[in-house]
Amino acid sequence: MNTNISPKVQPLDASQIPAARPSKFKLALRELWRAPLSAKFGILVVCGYIFIAIFAPWLTHYGESEIVGGPFEEWGKKFLLGTDNLGRDMFTRLLYGARNTIGIAFVTTCLAFLIGGISGILAAILGGWPDQIMSRVVDILMAIPSLIFSLLLLTIFGTSIPVLVIIIAVLDSTRVFRLARAVSLNVVVMDYVEAARLRGEGLAWITLREVLPNIMPPLVAEFGLRFCFVFLTIAALSFLGLGIQPPTADWGSMVRDNATLISYGDITPLLPAGAIALLTVGVNFIVDWFLHKTSGLKDGQ
Amino acid sequence: MLSILRLTLQRLGLGVLVLFVVSLIIFLGVELLPGDLCQAIQGQSATESTVAACRKDLGLDQSAPTRYVHWLQGIVKGDFGKSLANGRQISELISVRLQNTFFLAIVAAVIAVPLSLTLGILAALYRNSWFDRTINVFTLSSISFPEFFVAYILILVFSVKLGWFPSLSDVSPDTPFFERLYKVFLPALTLTLVVMAHMMRMTRAAIINLMASPYIEMAKFKGLSRGRIILHHALPNAWAPIVNVVALNLAYLIVGVVIVEVVFVYPGLGQLIVDSVQKRDIPVVQACSIIFAATYVVLNLTADILSIATNPRLLHPR
Repeated sequence: MNTNISPKVQPLDASQIPAARPSKFKLALRELWRAPLSAKFGILVVCGYIFIAIFAPWLTHYGESEIVGGPFEEWGKKFLLGTDNLGRDMFTRLLYGARNTIGIAFVTTCLAFLIGGISGILAAILGGWPDQIMSRVVDILMAIPSLIFSLLLLTIFGTSIPVLVIIIAVLDSTRVFRLARAVSLNVVVMDYVEAARLRGEGLAWITLREVLPNIMPPLVAEFGLRFCFVFLTIAALSFLGLGIQPPTADWGSMVRDNATLISYGDITPLLPAGAIALLTVGVNFIVDWFLHKTSGLKDGQ
Repeated sequence: MLSILRLTLQRLGLGVLVLFVVSLIIFLGVELLPGDLCQAIQGQSATESTVAACRKDLGLDQSAPTRYVHWLQGIVKGDFGKSLANGRQISELISVRLQNTFFLAIVAAVIAVPLSLTLGILAALYRNSWFDRTINVFTLSSISFPEFFVAYILILVFSVKLGWFPSLSDVSPDTPFFERLYKVFLPALTLTLVVMAHMMRMTRAAIINLMASPYIEMAKFKGLSRGRIILHHALPNAWAPIVNVVALNLAYLIVGVVIVEVVFVYPGLGQLIVDSVQKRDIPVVQACSIIFAATYVVLNLTADILSIATNPRLLHPR
């Protein structure tokens, strides 16, 4: 994140760089090597999920919503994890579910950060009445529990993926706004921001080049946590039948559709739920480690 | 004492204002519908005359501010209008369910609050021991689990494998108290597990934070035991953040209850709102939303006021 603010230095050729100083990449690798077991586990899990999400079609030879057998077939050679309530291959849907559920949650989180982050920084820079207005609007939006609010909005606008993404992104951007504003307030009083203002830099420059790089660490950590939250919200809504709609494979609705199997002691419906849990645990572990690193907290705090 | 009273009154005033704005948002949300409620209900089959009749029936021929005032007056009197799906009085639909939901939330709170406070204090007391570490990993994971995952695991273990508790919590108004308690045990346990983690971590953090302050060090030098220091010196000052987080988590119960009720087919308000969203029964969703939102606002307000009231520094203004 610091690469773009390096001042104008004479370019050095390789011989002039002291050999003892390792590159950024090496430093990062070394840091990773020293990370606690939980963080390594988290990184492994997240990488695994990304791999599955990208390569889902190559990992299975059934289609996403293709009906390939009878309903609720047993685990076996032909269907690795059996089939679901309509006779679609469970394993295939689990793989595609990674793509859909994670993809939609990721897009939503990015949108939430775009809205919340920018308005938060702007509120801190501008101060005065723009800050007052934005803060009060956020206060009011946060006064309604977000699941209930999204249920209300979904009733009004109907359930479709774009509507879902926008509703959750907007409701979630309120928390991003609060954080971005709070951390930016500490930065906007710095002399270099004042200097940029006196230089006559525009609002966009101050937001993106002066404030944003300096509030990155807490925002990155928050991104992880918000992603988990959004991911769980979308899964919950899909579980309630109000999120991602069939025939799109999605972990929340897969649990709902196959829940009857649980009363026969079959754990298949728990697999998508477990997949959700594993990813959020992984992300949480990484965030925990990252916060620990960037805030310089000592053990046990 | 005066400053506490003034702050409390300020918060109460603010709370009433927030409730008012929330009701306005819930009302105005529906106005965002493309077309209006009647066109939305009738969809393709709408004709001029049926839509006009429906508008008259629902009072949509009046202006929005008039309808808002009527709606709000009705709510204050406990009249939420009629359901679109079956034409029944919404207040009738809600009353029993509301009691059920509150019953479930209260049972969960009664289990969760003492348990998480005790565990949090113990974790602070035996900081960095295996007990503390286990609890830390456990809480971090349980925050990350979706409610329905926890719920189905509990069903699988306690209901299917062991057969101790029913997996369906089908209570009716004339279910006796103890049977009711038995039937809501699994949903309440799910909610407990979901909200406990946060409360426990905050209790632990609040106490550990205080342990670094000079007056605690003084108590240590006097030779007091760790347990006595925590209970008599640290805890009174930690109440404010703890009480705050407890109230916030009780507010969170209100949200968690929606999913848990659906899993256990528990006849509560959460299930009603989900059913109504599916049927797009807007007046019922509005009524449920306003009840949930009001409970949430009131609990947050309580959190605020309690943290003011339990702050010993405010008792002795300079």
